[in-house]
Amino acid sequence: MASTILEMRDITKTFPGVKALSNVNLSVEEGEIHAIVGENGAGKSTLMKVLSGVYPSGTYDGQIVFRGQECHFKGIHDSEHIGIVIIHQELALVPMLSIAENIFLGNEHASYGVIDWDANETRTAALLKKVGLKEDPKTLITNIGVGKQQLVEIAKALSKEVKLLILDEPTASLSEKDSQALLDLLLEFKRQGMTSILISHKLNEVNRVADKVTVIRDGRTIETLPRKDISEDRIITSMVGRSLDDRYPPREPQIGEVILEVKDWSVYHPIHAERQVIKNVNLNVRKGEVVGIAGLMGAGRTEFAMSLFGRSYGRHITGEVSLHGKPLDLSSVSKAVENRIAYVTEDRKTYGLNLIDHIKHNVTLANLSGVSSRGVIDDMREMSVANDYRKKTNIRASSVYQLTGNLSGGNQQKVVLSKWLFADPEVLILDEPTRGIDVGAKYEIYTIIARLAAEGKAIIVISSEMPELLGITDRIYVMNEGRIVGEMAASDASQEKIMRAIVRGEGKKAS
Amino acid sequence: MSTESAPAPQSGTAEDVKQGPRIAVSALTTNLREYGLIIALIVIMLFFQYTTSGTLFKPVNLSNLVQQNSFIIVMALGMLLVIVAGYIDLSVGSVAGFIGALAAMMMVIWPLGIFSNPLVVSIVCLIVGALIGAAQGYWIAYHKIPSFIVTLAGMLIFRGICQALLGGGSSVGPLPDSFKALSSGFIPDVIGPLTLIPPTVNAAGKTIVGSGLTLHMTTIVLGLIAVLAYAYFGFRTRRKRERHGYEAEPFPLFVVKTLVGSVLALFLVFQFASYRGLPVVLLVMGVLISLFVFVTKRMTIGRRIYAMGGNAKAAQLSGINTERLTLMVFINMGVLSALGGLIIAARLGQAVPAAGLGSELDVIAAVFIGGASAMGGVGQVIGAVVGGFIMGVMNNGMSIMGVNVDWQQVVKGLVLLGAVIFDVYNKNKA
Repeated sequence: MASTILEMRDITKTFPGVKALSNVNLSVEEGEIHAIVGENGAGKSTLMKVLSGVYPSGTYDGQIVFRGQECHFKGIHDSEHIGIVIIHQELALVPMLSIAENIFLGNEHASYGVIDWDANETRTAALLKKVGLKEDPKTLITNIGVGKQQLVEIAKALSKEVKLLILDEPTASLSEKDSQALLDLLLEFKRQGMTSILISHKLNEVNRVADKVTVIRDGRTIETLPRKDISEDRIITSMVGRSLDDRYPPREPQIGEVILEVKDWSVYHPIHAERQVIKNVNLNVRKGEVVGIAGLMGAGRTEFAMSLFGRSYGRHITGEVSLHGKPLDLSSVSKAVENRIAYVTEDRKTYGLNLIDHIKHNVTLANLSGVSSRGVIDDMREMSVANDYRKKTNIRASSVYQLTGNLSGGNQQKVVLSKWLFADPEVLILDEPTRGIDVGAKYEIYTIIARLAAEGKAIIVISSEMPELLGITDRIYVMNEGRIVGEMAASDASQEKIMRAIVRGEGKKAS
Repeated sequence: MSTESAPAPQSGTAEDVKQGPRIAVSALTTNLREYGLIIALIVIMLFFQYTTSGTLFKPVNLSNLVQQNSFIIVMALGMLLVIVAGYIDLSVGSVAGFIGALAAMMMVIWPLGIFSNPLVVSIVCLIVGALIGAAQGYWIAYHKIPSFIVTLAGMLIFRGICQALLGGGSSVGPLPDSFKALSSGFIPDVIGPLTLIPPTVNAAGKTIVGSGLTLHMTTIVLGLIAVLAYAYFGFRTRRKRERHGYEAEPFPLFVVKTLVGSVLALFLVFQFASYRGLPVVLLVMGVLISLFVFVTKRMTIGRRIYAMGGNAKAAQLSGINTERLTLMVFINMGVLSALGGLIIAARLGQAVPAAGLGSELDVIAAVFIGGASAMGGVGQVIGAVVGGFIMGVMNNGMSIMGVNVDWQQVVKGLVLLGAVIFDVYNKNKA
C-alpha cells in the first residue's frame, strides 16, 4: 500500500582526495519517518546535500528518483520546487526580521514587488498554529528562543508545500521539553501523511519516532532497520561496527582535598540589568573529582561558568572564589588562565576555535608563553606540542596543518580540549563536552576526562544529557533558574531524582 | 574502548608512507598564492620593461619608483595588521597629510629654535601619529564603534586640520635638505666607489653614452650581506626542521627558490649601485618589512592578532586581551601613517594640502591584492608589500608609457578586482 516516495541509488560523491559517499542507497516510503544515523563524518549531511541540490546534479554519481521521476537538481531552488525541504542544523533565519518576514523570505506575497503584509501575516498566523507556536508574526526572530526558532523553520518549510521534510539534527540545541514537543509535531505531521527524514545523534529520539532507520558508516549504507528491529543497542552496534558494551570508561576515583570553592555567586543579565541570572550559587570541587552540573537548557549553567571564567558573562558579579582555600581574583580571562582554571565552551565554533587557522595554532593559543620566550615563538617547540596533543587526544587529521574548520565535530572538540590541556589547568570546566559529536568520539572524550581526574585535576562537567552525567561524574549539582536546587552523589543519583530536583527545586531533601 | 584504538595505528602508518610526495605538493599549493603573486609582479615588470623600451629597469627609474611608492608600502604594513585584526582604517591618507603639514610648520614657520631640528620634528611627528592612532583605536577597541565609521570621521577631521594648518590652499616649504634626505637621499658610500669602466670622452668633450660604470660599493656590500643572510637563514631553518624530524619543502624547490630570489635581488642591487646607491627610504622600508615579517610570523603578538581576526570571541576566551590588542594595532597604524606623511613631505620638499589624498585606497588595495581577507584573520606582510609594488610598478610603467591618469585608475581597479576574484575562486576550488 505504501509507495516509495524517494529512492536514492548508488550515490557516490568524491571530494578532492576523499570519497565521502560510495554507492549509498536510500529508499523512503510515503508517510513514514525515516531516521538516518551514523557517526559524525559518516556522510549523512553530504547525502542530504546531494538530495537537496546543494551539490548540483553532475557533481556526483548515482540516481535520485522522487515520486517516480528521476531528478537532476541544479540547486536548492529545484528541490524545493518539487517539495523537498531541508532544515539545517544551523538555522538559516535572519535575526533582525520578523517571523512573518522570515517565513516568506524570497517567497513573499507580493504583486509587482509590493508586499501584501496582511496576506503574509494571516498566512503566517495559520502556519504558526499548525506548528503550535504562539507568537505574534511580527515578533523579531532574535527575541524568541532557539526552540521556537526551530518551529519557525518548520513553518517556513510548510509554507513551501513540502512533501518530504528533512531535519538535520533538529534537537541538537533544544531543551528536553522543546525536543519532545518537536518530536510530537513530527508524529502529528506523519498522521497527516507527510514524509520526513530525521537525522539525529540522539538514539532515544530515533527510537521513539522512527519507522525505519538507515545506518551510514564511512560513506556507505550499512543497513536499514524496520521498526520492529529498532533498539539503541542494535543501532550503536551497526554505527560503530561492533558492539559497545560500555559507553563510559571505568574509573576509580581518588578524591582529595577541596581545590575550588565558590560562595554566594550572583550574576545579573548583561543587558536587562534588573534580571538576576545566577542566584547565590555555592559549590566546590575536589582534587581528582568529576563534578556534574545538571539542569535544563536555560538553567543558567553556561552563564555561571562563563561569569566565573574571567567575567566573560554578565554584570554586577558578586561572590567569592577560593583556590586551595585562598581567595582568588578571576576578574579577567588571563587571570583565570594564570590561576590554572580553564573553561571549554559549549559552542566550539563560535567561542572555541579559530576555524580559518590550523590545528597547531589553535592548540597553543591559550598558552603561547608555553611555546615562546620573550614574545618570540619557537616553531619547533610549537610543532612538537601540537603533535603531542594530537596524539594524546587522538585528533584525526592529515597533519597539524589542517584547518580546524574542515574537521568533524568530534575532532574539533578534541582540538579545543587540547588547547586547554596545554594551558595546564588545575580546574577544568567542560561545558557540554560531547554535544553534537558521535558515539565513538564521545567515548574518547570520556576517557580523556577520566585520565585528567586520575592525574588529580578538579573537573566540572556541565551537561544536558543525564545518562552522561550519571556515567562519568562523582557528584552532581542540579541547577534550575539560576539556583543550585540539588546536590547528590552520582552513585545514588538517577535521572528521576535529577528531574525531581529540577521540578520541585528541593533536591537535597529528595536525595 | 576498542572503537578508536583499531583505526588509529592504521592511519599512522598510512601517513608515514604517503608523507613524502604529499608534503611536496602541499608545500607548493600552500605557497602557490605567494609565489603566484611574486610571479605576477615579475611578469608585470617585464611587460612594462618591454612597453617602455627598457626604461623601467634603468637605475634612475628604479630609484624613482622606490621613492614614489615607499610611503604606500610603509602604510600597507600597518594596514595589513589592521585588516588581519578584522578592521579597516580609512584615515591614513589624511593623517599622513596632516603630519606632513605639522612637520613643515614646525621646521619652517613656527619659531621653535632647536626644536625645529628635522630629527626632533620627526620624532615628535611619530609620537603625534601614535596619539592619533590611540585616539581612534580607543573608540574602536573599548566602545566597539565600527572602525569604518571612526576612521571615516578621522579621514575628514585630519584632512581638515591639515588644510587649516597650511592656511587654506597654500603650501609650506622649502623643507631643509637634511629632512628631504629621508625620501630622496641615498646612503653614503663609506667604502668608496669602484670604477669598473672609466668614462670615455669623445672629441666633442662629451661622455659617450654607455661608457663609464662606477659602482657604489657600500650598496654592493650591503646587498651581498642581505642575500647571504637570506640564504643562510633559509638553510638554517630547513636544517632545524629536518633535525626535529619535520618535513621541509623539497630540496630542489628550496634551491631554485633561493637562487631565483638571490639573483633578482642582486640584479636590483647592481642597478642601484650603478646609479647613486641605495635610497635611504628603501633601507628604512627594508628594515620595517623584515620587522613586520618577524612580528607576524614569529611573535606571540602577531599570532594573537591573527587569532583575534579569525575569531575574536574565541581569542578573548583564550585569555587574549582583544581590546588592548586592537588599541595597539591602531597605534601602530598611526605611527606608520605619520612616517608615510614624513616620507611624502620629504619627497615633495614641502607640505601641500593634498598630500596623501586618496592614498588610503591605494594602501588598502595593496593589502587586498596581497591576499588579505576582508573578513580578517588572513593576510601576509610579503603579500601586502608585493601588492604595493604591483600598484607602484603599474603607476610608474603607465606614466612612462604616457597612459592618461584617468585610465591608470581604471587599470588599477581591474587589477584589484581580478586579484580578489582569483583568491575567492582558488578558495572555493580547494
